[in-house]
Amino acid sequence: MKLVIDQEIIWLVGGVAGLLVLASLIGWGLSRRGGGEEFRATVTNLNARIRAWWIMVAIFGLAMASGGVGSVVLFGLTSFLALREFITLTPTRSGDHRTLFWVFFVITPLQFYLVAIEWYAMVTLLIPVYAFLFIPIRTAVAGDCERFLERTAKIQWALMVCVFCLSHAPALLILEIPGYEGQNGKLLFYLVFVSQMSDVLQYVWGKTLGRHRMVPSVSPNKTWEGLVGGALSATLLGTGLWWATPFTPWQSFGMSLVITLMGFAGGLTMSAIKRDRGVKDYGVLIGGHGGVLDRIDSICFAAPVFFHLTRYYFVP
Amino acid sequence: MTASLAARLVRLACGACVRTVGYQPCQRPCVYFSNHTSHLDALVIWAALPPGIRKRTRPVAAGDYWRGGPIRRWLAGRVFNAVLVERFRVTVRNNPVNQFQEVVDAGNSLILFPEGTRSATGKIGLFKGGLYHLAVRRPELDLVPVHIDNLNRILPRGEFFPVPLLSCVTLGHAMHLKPGESKQDFLERARRAVIELKSE
Repeated sequence: MKLVIDQEIIWLVGGVAGLLVLASLIGWGLSRRGGGEEFRATVTNLNARIRAWWIMVAIFGLAMASGGVGSVVLFGLTSFLALREFITLTPTRSGDHRTLFWVFFVITPLQFYLVAIEWYAMVTLLIPVYAFLFIPIRTAVAGDCERFLERTAKIQWALMVCVFCLSHAPALLILEIPGYEGQNGKLLFYLVFVSQMSDVLQYVWGKTLGRHRMVPSVSPNKTWEGLVGGALSATLLGTGLWWATPFTPWQSFGMSLVITLMGFAGGLTMSAIKRDRGVKDYGVLIGGHGGVLDRIDSICFAAPVFFHLTRYYFVP
Repeated sequence: MTASLAARLVRLACGACVRTVGYQPCQRPCVYFSNHTSHLDALVIWAALPPGIRKRTRPVAAGDYWRGGPIRRWLAGRVFNAVLVERFRVTVRNNPVNQFQEVVDAGNSLILFPEGTRSATGKIGLFKGGLYHLAVRRPELDLVPVHIDNLNRILPRGEFFPVPLLSCVTLGHAMHLKPGESKQDFLERARRAVIELKSE
C-alpha cells in the first residue's frame, strides 16, 4: 500500500482549504448580521460545524500524508467510535457482554488489519461469514435466551454498518487499477469529499429552499429540495474532479451520483434508528454535528457500493 | 497532575459525559450518593468532580468485599483511599455512620451508594439507612444526588473486561433532611431524587 503525493493531491487539498476559508468567512459574516432567535441558533450551529470541519479535514489530511496505513488506522478508530455510539443506543443485555468484548476488541481491529495487509478476500468474508456465525454462538454459550434473535441481529447490524461498510473506504487503497498505481489516495479523497459535500449541500439547500418534507416521521430536516439540489450540486462537483480519478467525466458523473444517493439513503436510514430510540444525535463528540456516526452515516452506505463499482469496472 | 490525567483517561474510556442539573461545586464537604451498578461507579463519579474537590473525596466501599485479596486491598486503600465499612455485623463500635461522620468532620467528602450493593438489573433498589443517620447527625451537610447511566453495560456484575460504551453522570441539586421528616420518607425522597435525574 504505497501512496504517492503528486501535484493533483496538492490541488485537491488546496481546494478543500479554499472552501473552508470561504465557509468560515460566510459564517463570520452571518454571525455579524442581526436576526431572530432561530436564525441566530442556526448560525451558531453552522459556525460550530465549520470549526469541526477544519479539525476533521486536518486529521484526514494528516492520515493521507502518512501513507496508506495512516488512513487505515484513522478509519479503524472512526469505526470503533461509531460502533461505540451505535451499541450504546441499542439495548443489549448483560448476556451480550462477552460477545461485545469480542466485537470491539477482536473483530473490529482484525477487519482493519486485513485491509492493511491487503487480504481482499478476507476483508469481504470476515464479518458477513465468520463474525455472523460467531456472534450468535458466543451469545448462546452465555445462556441468556431472552429476545435472542433481536439482540443478535442488533449486534450484527452494528458491525455491518459501522465496521464492515466503513472499512470499504480505506479498502479503496488496495484496488489495483492499471495506470493508477500509487494514486488510490485520491480515490479515497473522492469518496469522502463527494459524500460529505453532498451532506453539506443538502443541508444548505434544505435550510434555504426546503419546503416539501420527504419522510417527516423519520427526519424533519430532509426535504425534496434539499435532496435534489444537494445531490445534483455535489454530483456536479464530483464530476468536476474526474481528472484526479481513473474515470472519464461521464463515469465520474455516474459514480458521484451513486455516492450522493447512497449517502442520502444512509443518513435517512440511520435517522430512522435514532427516531426509534428517541434521540436526535448518536453522540456529542463532534461539535455542531453530533456524534461520529452522525457524520459518517453517508460514507458507511456509499463506501461499499463505490468500492465494488470501481472494482468491477476498473480492476481487471 | 497524575490524578487529573487519570480522571481524563477514565472519562475517555467510559465515554462519560458529565451533566449538572442544579449542582453547584462547593468547597464544603458533602455526600455524593448514587445508584450502584458497576465497580467503575465510584471511579466515574470521582473523575466527574472538579479537580479541587476530587482530591478530598473518598468513596465508601464494602469491607467484606474490598478486604478480600491483596489486589482489592491495594485498590481500595492506596488508589481510591476508600472508607471501608462493615455491611453485615454492624455493632455500636463498627457502625459505618461513625466512620462517615469522622470523614466529613475532617473536611472530606464521601461517595456513597445507599443501595448497599450493585444492582444486577439496573433498577434502583431501596436505600439503606446510613445516609439518613448521617443527615440526622450533620443536618447542614449537602447531600448531592448522582445518577449514573449505562455503566452497568460497560462493566456489569461478575465481569472482568469492560466494553467501551458511552456512559453519563448527572449531578443534581443538593438536598437536606427536613425537620421532622421520617427515615422512610427521607430515604424515599433521596431515592426519587436519583431516579428523577435519569430523565432530566
